[in-house]
Amino acid sequence: MMTVFGIPAAALFGQLLLGLINGAFYAVLSLGLALIFGLLNIINFSHGAQYMMGAFVAWLLLTYAGAGYWVALAVAPVLVAVVGIIIERTMLSRLYKLDHLYGLLLTFGLALIIEGAFRQLYGISGMPYAVPKELAGGWNLGFMYLPIYRGWVVLASAVLCLGTWFAIEKTKLGAYLRAATENPALVQAMGINVPVMITLTYGFGVALAAFAGVLAAPVYSVNPLMGSNLIIVVFAVVVIGGMGSIMGSVLTGFMLGLLEGLTKVFYPEAASTVIFMVMVVVLLIKPAGLFGKGA
Amino acid sequence: MFKKTLVGAVAALALSAGTASAQFTDNKVKIGVLTDLSGTYSDLAGQGSVLAAQMAIEDFGGKLNGAPIELVSADHQNKADIASSIARKWYDTEQVDAIFDLVTTAAAVAVREVSREKGRIDMNSGAGSTVLTNDKCSATGFHWTYDVYAMAVGTGNAVVKQGGDSWFFLTADYAFGHDLEAQTAKVVKANGGTVKGSVRHPFPNADFSSFLLQAQASSAKIIGLANAGSDTINAIKQAKEFGITQAGQSLAGLLVFISDVHSLGLDTAQGMMLTTGYYWDRDDASRAFAKRWSEKMKGRMPTMVHAGVYSSVLHYLRSVEKAKTDEGAKVAEQIRTLPIKDFFAVNGKVRADGRMVHDMYLAQVKKPSESKGPWDYYNILRTIPGDEAFKPLADSTCALVKK
Repeated sequence: MMTVFGIPAAALFGQLLLGLINGAFYAVLSLGLALIFGLLNIINFSHGAQYMMGAFVAWLLLTYAGAGYWVALAVAPVLVAVVGIIIERTMLSRLYKLDHLYGLLLTFGLALIIEGAFRQLYGISGMPYAVPKELAGGWNLGFMYLPIYRGWVVLASAVLCLGTWFAIEKTKLGAYLRAATENPALVQAMGINVPVMITLTYGFGVALAAFAGVLAAPVYSVNPLMGSNLIIVVFAVVVIGGMGSIMGSVLTGFMLGLLEGLTKVFYPEAASTVIFMVMVVVLLIKPAGLFGKGA
Repeated sequence: MFKKTLVGAVAALALSAGTASAQFTDNKVKIGVLTDLSGTYSDLAGQGSVLAAQMAIEDFGGKLNGAPIELVSADHQNKADIASSIARKWYDTEQVDAIFDLVTTAAAVAVREVSREKGRIDMNSGAGSTVLTNDKCSATGFHWTYDVYAMAVGTGNAVVKQGGDSWFFLTADYAFGHDLEAQTAKVVKANGGTVKGSVRHPFPNADFSSFLLQAQASSAKIIGLANAGSDTINAIKQAKEFGITQAGQSLAGLLVFISDVHSLGLDTAQGMMLTTGYYWDRDDASRAFAKRWSEKMKGRMPTMVHAGVYSSVLHYLRSVEKAKTDEGAKVAEQIRTLPIKDFFAVNGKVRADGRMVHDMYLAQVKKPSESKGPWDYYNILRTIPGDEAFKPLADSTCALVKK
């Protein structure tokens, strides 16, 4: 039996695959965050709460409307995005001209309010949400048993990330958006409705968080704190990848998932801190992030 | 002559007035419930513990020494530094006489030190580690509801006797987890079993897939979960997802509360063995308490921590009344000698090391078909008498135990 640093190769591959799966969650969440920051210059601290809302909407749809997982995947992001758009129109849009910090404080405060409200209503232990029948069970890959659902998570995340990147970088709409962030006045003068584009972009970023929430509902506990534990890590991912780079944060998400997976094998006690250690190193060497533009 | 008598009378009056008010500091009794109101353990303790304390005060009569008994509560967020600074503030500036609940071992130990320094009472219902009645024992500190030794003896013994003789531990990386793993490993080995390995996960933790994979690779028959609250819930859910139970390994939840079973659902949790100090449906008195508690808690049912807080607060108030003072050392004497009379502490008595020894119960989670409704979750398999469930006094490393 082949061993790598004392760990059987089979076990190592299993852990790397799991790391990739976790990385998929980091990638989708950091995609939304990077989108909102890169294009709108808002540090959206309520991203974790919006992820949590996505999971709760999925649970609510199941419990009160009998709507299953596939319906939730389509509907929950839209519903949470609407809430996001309301927040943007009524509160965030007033802060664009001000320092980044105001946006951060507002969204952080909103996150606390939202999480507190859900905690009051639903407690902390979590709501049951089953893996959908079509995705239940798993494949025995020899070196590990891979639940089909987790394979689906990687697939869905990869498709979503690629699709978003393509839309932003390669399509006309994406070009308008990128131009609007660089020079809103000029783009507005060309007849393009910049405020609407900004609102829709925020909505899309929030929808991405909610989508990740629905993906997470069957595997992680659907509880009000699920976002707050994750959001700090996702911020570290975005900082490492480069705050303005979309592809950067996606790739970094997957890479850091792998790194965390490796740490869990060799020294599990450090698993929750290794990403921050990397962040410190990256900030010291290349403050703009691994894929970031600028000095 | 008259002047001397007058002076004498006034002096006597002044002296007696002074002594009367010195018996109860600030002329009232004030109780603090310090718990996790918002995090991993807030369902098994949290607001429910505050309610349990309120109920105990009401049942006692609401007043002591002519003044209403006051109750304050705070959230220590499972952090030792926050817990100790709240305890200090309570003791120094808010006239709190005793602190209850104290879930999470790290916070409990921190507050134990502060209480010892100030000579005030702390009665712990929430935390698990046996360190509270061994190295960190104190004359004014008590451990009321359960501890990891009782869990290890109850659940560990039962699982090994059923054939689960090889174990792998999934341990929460802090004092409580380490202690629970150590105690259970001792019980497993004493029964002729083997421990194949263990892995420590961060506390709290959401994703157990990597650790469960390692447990699977060890081929141990039993995966022992040396953690609690949402950590246990997540581990069990994900173990099902990864086909671990289907492949033949079993999970042993070493500290499981009814709130966890409710969250998991009977479908996932059925058959699991656990040890508890209280079950709401065990007898009439337990049901009566649960019904009152449940009315204010949206239909949920109390855990053993909640029942333990009620019992410890009621016993404290009775001890204060008997001692006619709220001074820590004198009340502690009464706590140890006064008989405990409530629905929770069956055959209960307080030992020199501060451990309240009482009957525990080995339970098994019902199958969905056996349950008649929400919260009807346990079959009580047997009663574990207190002297069997808790660590013998002779083995204690507490300085207060005379050898």
